Amino acid sequence: MNFDLNKKTLREVNQYLQNIDRKKNTRKFEILNPQGQHAICAGLKDDIDVTIKGHTGYYCAGMNQKANVTIHGNVGTGVAENMMSGKIIVKGNASQSAGATGHGGALIIEGDASSRCGISMKGIDIIVKGSVGHMSAFMAQKGNLVIMGDADADLGDSIYEAKIFVKGKVKSLGADCIEKKMDKKNIDELTKLFKKLNISADPKKFKRYGSSRNLYNFKIDNVGAY
Amino acid sequence: MCGIVGIYLKTKKYEKHLGKFLSGMLDGMATRGPDSAGFAIYTKENKNIFKYSICLNNLKETNFKKKLSKFIKKIKLTSYADHVVLETSEKPTKIIDLLKKEVPEVSLVGYGKSINIFKQTGNPKDVVKKFKLSSFSGTHGIGHTRMATESAITTQGSHPYSTSEDECLVHNGSLSNHNNVRRSLIKDGQNFNSENDTEVAAGYISNQISKGKGLETTLKNSLKDLDGFYTFIAGTKDGFALLRDEIACKPAVVAETKDYVAVASEFQAMAHLPNVNTAKIFEPKPGVVYHW
Repeated sequence: MNFDLNKKTLREVNQYLQNIDRKKNTRKFEILNPQGQHAICAGLKDDIDVTIKGHTGYYCAGMNQKANVTIHGNVGTGVAENMMSGKIIVKGNASQSAGATGHGGALIIEGDASSRCGISMKGIDIIVKGSVGHMSAFMAQKGNLVIMGDADADLGDSIYEAKIFVKGKVKSLGADCIEKKMDKKNIDELTKLFKKLNISADPKKFKRYGSSRNLYNFKIDNVGAY
Repeated sequence: MCGIVGIYLKTKKYEKHLGKFLSGMLDGMATRGPDSAGFAIYTKENKNIFKYSICLNNLKETNFKKKLSKFIKKIKLTSYADHVVLETSEKPTKIIDLLKKEVPEVSLVGYGKSINIFKQTGNPKDVVKKFKLSSFSGTHGIGHTRMATESAITTQGSHPYSTSEDECLVHNGSLSNHNNVRRSLIKDGQNFNSENDTEVAAGYISNQISKGKGLETTLKNSLKDLDGFYTFIAGTKDGFALLRDEIACKPAVVAETKDYVAVASEFQAMAHLPNVNTAKIFEPKPGVVYHW
């Protein structure tokens, strides 16, 4: 089923996709002429496949549950923000705050992601085939951020328990983020993730980064400072 | 919020459509800035003639012409909504002084050999219609849609700000040290007409350029001297430059084809441009000066 955003309003299209009639059994949808509009496919909650042909604006596929959304183009700020489950694939580049606060599911960006990718992520898996901008995984709490290219300055600043894997170069690490040992357990985890998401890459070529746990754990020695 | 746009034509193919393109871009950014809009269109330089873009405020054009004709012999005025463009061979020093003394009720929006610059309060969709922006041709142009934050919704508070010949600036963001910078620039002889932070940034750029620094060096220096959030597009008669501060909270996206380079706060402002779907689209990196 096709929707042309030159002919239908975004609200009509989103409302249709958010309230799928299960009896009709249509599960595949295509959106044409997105023209950079904001919040396309936000709030989907059914197991459907949506293909968007073109560039989208802010918060594309935000708050997603169960749906698979593929964007043949670039996406604006906050793609898949706060998503719960499902899979979002971006064929082009993503703007800042991709996958922000995501709780679950997977976000795959085939191009580059700009600054603050995975900011405050809470369990989502984010795979970036290109590079990420500065302050990626800022305050990231849970989940995996896998970067096949390079990471710009201050990667993982103030990170909690999310894991970062980088294949390329890291310009600099943010406060309390350190390189960690890539042991067998981590390699197995990454192998499993790649298999699940159908990604061909060698987990052994990645370095792992995470929290040194000095910033978010209270130390009794510092009590005088409060 | 605020929206900024810019388009630079690499070839002559679309020169007649420049106004139409820029108009569509401002229209697309109306959601980011519904309070006022403004734009600068650059045309081919006329070596002997200066163009002065003047907002008449409440003065009638006939009265303005009458007042001016006492001092200037040949006057060519073209009217655009509540603005006029005065074309004359008289030098800026004379005209600026003359306007200040003899017709203080009008405001000079900008001047130069190439620039036409207009701004007005109201929704950008209406502003572009009032000035018939679609009918303009030119080589490059920049524009702004404003959501007022730190100073009032007035024509004087609208962008672009032009503080020197053929220079202008649009800005998305806010500067936190503009009062300090303004004070030191005033000491250095720079004039300001509003309380607006962007005018300070424009004045800063003009001041540095007047000291012989290039636009690129000037913008690089601004990373150190101007504190705040910003994406700037600075126009000159040859093209424009783009800079985002190093935190880069304020958005920008660039689309480049063989015929043009377009910059906007959001992609939706460029969705109407020809061949944009096959353009090279990228997000400018923080702290890097891009120049076309």
